[in-house]
Amino acid sequence: MSDGIEDAPLRIFLVDDETPARTRMRELLGDLAPRLPNLVVGEAANGREGIARLPETRPDVALVDVQMPQMSGMELARHLAQMERAPAIVFVTAHNEYAVEAFEVNAIDYLLKPVRAQRLEAALRRAVANGPPDTTVLGRATHGPRRFLSVTERGRILLVPVTDVLYMKAELKYVTLRTPEREFLLEESLTSLEQELGALFVRVHRNCLVARRAIKGFARGQDAEGDGPGWAVLLEGCDEPLPISRRQWPVVKQLAAA
Amino acid sequence: MRCARPATANDVTILSQNDFPDALPDFRSLGVMARVLVGVTFAALLAAVLRAASPDEIVDQMLGMAAVLVPALLAALAALYVAGPLLARASYPVGLTLVLALGGLVTFAAWALVALRGGEVSTAGALRAVAFALLLTGLLAGYFQLRARAFSPALAEARLQALQARIRPHFLFNSLNAVLSLVRSDPRRAESALEDLAELYRMLMADTRSLTTLAEELEVTRQYLNVEELRLGDRLRIEWRTETAPRDALVPPLLLQPLVENAVYHGIEPGIEAGTIEVAVYRQGDRVHVRLTNPYHPDHQHRQGNRMALANIRERLALHFDVEASLEQGVVGSSYEIHMVMPYRRSRA
Repeated sequence: MSDGIEDAPLRIFLVDDETPARTRMRELLGDLAPRLPNLVVGEAANGREGIARLPETRPDVALVDVQMPQMSGMELARHLAQMERAPAIVFVTAHNEYAVEAFEVNAIDYLLKPVRAQRLEAALRRAVANGPPDTTVLGRATHGPRRFLSVTERGRILLVPVTDVLYMKAELKYVTLRTPEREFLLEESLTSLEQELGALFVRVHRNCLVARRAIKGFARGQDAEGDGPGWAVLLEGCDEPLPISRRQWPVVKQLAAA
Repeated sequence: MRCARPATANDVTILSQNDFPDALPDFRSLGVMARVLVGVTFAALLAAVLRAASPDEIVDQMLGMAAVLVPALLAALAALYVAGPLLARASYPVGLTLVLALGGLVTFAAWALVALRGGEVSTAGALRAVAFALLLTGLLAGYFQLRARAFSPALAEARLQALQARIRPHFLFNSLNAVLSLVRSDPRRAESALEDLAELYRMLMADTRSLTTLAEELEVTRQYLNVEELRLGDRLRIEWRTETAPRDALVPPLLLQPLVENAVYHGIEPGIEAGTIEVAVYRQGDRVHVRLTNPYHPDHQHRQGNRMALANIRERLALHFDVEASLEQGVVGSSYEIHMVMPYRRSRA
């Protein structure tokens, strides 16, 4: 089997919260080395560690455990996918119940633990050929909303906990995401964000979603369209009142009453 | 180990049937005594109402009966308390016959005592009292039997649930994967890990209907935690406070292990940082206390399994110890705590 990847060793990054599982994976990769030259360039024990360490190791493939504390492997993959040189992902799981239900066959590659060397080899070759997974497919396969939103800045991935976000505002090409500390630019559509995070955010205007838990009150202000007086929402940790559109006012008002 | 025979497919089919063996209730249990007292008193009241010609006579009838009933009942309960362990060893038909005989005997003795003092001796009165006692004893035995049968599905379920939990791919495959990771570097540890796994499965497939000793239950829990420690490494810390545990106390099997498993699943696995599970078992007077503490993760959604395991353990505690056992759970600060109290019954061995 020669398909061009023998030239340089395949750079591999491991993410698994169980130390013995990473040990086992290194052993298997060692066994595969004569047939498929490879190099483990880094390891992480959870999603956040993975996001902090993976980019600078420039891996070709990340082997990612699905069931991990705080951030699932699926969510990690979504954050990694926006990197400039995103790695291909091979998921590893002990649960095939999830795999069979939600993973779209062929769209996302996964291995079952304990992993056999031959299956690992096949999955690595396929992953290299297919490249990084599609974010929309990953989104469909993720159970429930993400716990973090991510932005890339100077080659690094920054995670913003969804619970820190005060509001998200659609600008021309981006979504501005505001936390008590600062602003971030997100390359996603406000509509898909609303669909995913609708339980935590409410739309106050065509171009703006605010965090439900941050709402501290309402003030009379300029109408959003600028023609006459209207209402604005006041948020905890944010000085700027955000205009509420006439169409959304009944929805927001009801929420405030509840 | 009680089960020398290897588990077969038959064991699994038995699981689905409620083949609860006929057995006498535990006569030393407060709940059983209370039920007997209440049952007999109500029966006497009913008899008094039926026999009384007018409403005024009810009290007289009741008083007349109480003279025989109260000493007979107390003597019977005392005798059963003493003979309880012996009766439990006999087969159900023999035990039941002995209990009926005892009921008849104490009633006759009490009647004789009252009759001799009053001087009025009638064979019909004696027969009536003894027949009443036998009927009542039989009815109560039937009631306890029905009650035990009503709870028996809980016993079969405990085993089924424990098996299903073990068959949970998360535990089984991750554990096997962890053992595989040791085979090359530390074959001896791999061996002992496989032995722990085997023992654990053997225990889970064994009979859960009879009581086991606390020592055995602690051992199963330890084997389970050995396997989890291998997998979770430094993240799992265990503090055992079992030095003063009454190791000969009788407890329902699979009482502690499923609770500790929940503690790992909900308290340790969702966290990145290391977490501590504290297992405290101690004796206070005639009570055995079990306290289990683990870190609480409010944002981790609790699955159905947790409540099912708790409900099942509650049912089995009620079956074995009636009102004398309790199980409380709750969040205390940043940890989740379970506190279980059972009467201290010593194993005969």
